[in-house]
Amino acid sequence: MRLIADKIDCERGGRRVFSDLSFTLGSGEGLLLTGANGSGKTSLLRLIAGLGDPAGGTFSIDGMDDDLAIGQRSHYVAHRNALKTALSVEENLAFWAKFMGASDVAAGIERGLGLFNLDHLASYSAGLLSQGQARRLALSRLELVARPIWLLDEPSVGLDEASCKQLAAAMNSHMDKGGLLIATTHTGLGVSFTKTIDMSEGA
Amino acid sequence: MKIFLALIARDLTLAIRQGGGVGMALGFFLAVMVLLPLGIGPDLKLLQRIAPGALWITLLLSVLLSADRIFQPDDDDGSLELFSLGLMPMELVALAKAIAHWITTGLPLAIAAPALGVLLNLDSSLFLPLLAAMGLGSMALSLLATIGAAVTVGLKRGGLILSLLILPLYVPVLIFGVAATAGQNAMPGVFGSSLLILLAIALACLVLAPAASAALLRAHMK
Repeated sequence: MRLIADKIDCERGGRRVFSDLSFTLGSGEGLLLTGANGSGKTSLLRLIAGLGDPAGGTFSIDGMDDDLAIGQRSHYVAHRNALKTALSVEENLAFWAKFMGASDVAAGIERGLGLFNLDHLASYSAGLLSQGQARRLALSRLELVARPIWLLDEPSVGLDEASCKQLAAAMNSHMDKGGLLIATTHTGLGVSFTKTIDMSEGA
Repeated sequence: MKIFLALIARDLTLAIRQGGGVGMALGFFLAVMVLLPLGIGPDLKLLQRIAPGALWITLLLSVLLSADRIFQPDDDDGSLELFSLGLMPMELVALAKAIAHWITTGLPLAIAAPALGVLLNLDSSLFLPLLAAMGLGSMALSLLATIGAAVTVGLKRGGLILSLLILPLYVPVLIFGVAATAGQNAMPGVFGSSLLILLAIALACLVLAPAASAALLRAHMK
């Protein structure tokens, strides 16, 4: 499958954030978005996910024969972790696995917990997790169900060195399996991306 | 359907663990029912006359009390965005939220209402009509509350504006709810027709409220 962005314009609150942005991303490719604060990295990810409408231009995918939206094929991990502190680590994952339509919820949870070695915290309340652990739990959603597009907004923020390596390994294996990866970062993620767009240039 | 039930189950678990839902609404309901006779005085006839209206108004306010929590927590932690990337349309998300809200607020209150009505010297022949009308009416109230909650989801202190927006929509439910309960003795036959109108309101809300809420939530996220 390919993800095609055609001449995307983005406006926020009347301000033109970026314009005329085009790229094509094929199976197994990764796109890195860099750029200063406010250059539109998060806005672009949101537009791709369908959490907003571009002021101009279109996103499309080809090579797929069902009619799911791009957002429904995507894992989107943004700054907010979407965790419920009143639920345990395992219950949080179980809910998202069910919500995203996992065929085998138990296997999904096992993969999710395994991604960042959260097994020993499974029955722990998510409210007791540290910042970094909560971030790891949010990123564990990536493994609950297989979705071809990963949209990651500064995924490594708050992670320790070992977890960053595990994240890099997960991103590499996702691309090896033919998945698409679009990520933003300020620090580098330890993954070799096929393409890089510096968002500051278009502004 | 599995996704739909998973969302309701999660909301019920959260309501029970966080204690905000059932406990608060029931506590408020109980407090008003205990205080009202003390404030009005021991005039049993008067209490009996105002009992259905007092119960209904308190039910209305209890539902409003928790309405701004329907979507707010999910918006705060980013869950709402993920809902819109799910396989289930936003309309069903809104419906699941409304049902969870009804189960944690409206339904327990409707069940408790006859018992609390005793405090107001409610005629025992009204217990069943009250239960039926309140169960049905509160379903409509919860569905309408999701519209208000969806409008105010981005606002930090949206409770007041939510109440002002939703109260006019609650008026028909209140009128026919009280008619179904209080009118029983005054006018035979009014119970049946009022209950049917309540049912019609609830069914209309069942169709319209999720669609409206979903449109509002989508607009909020853009």
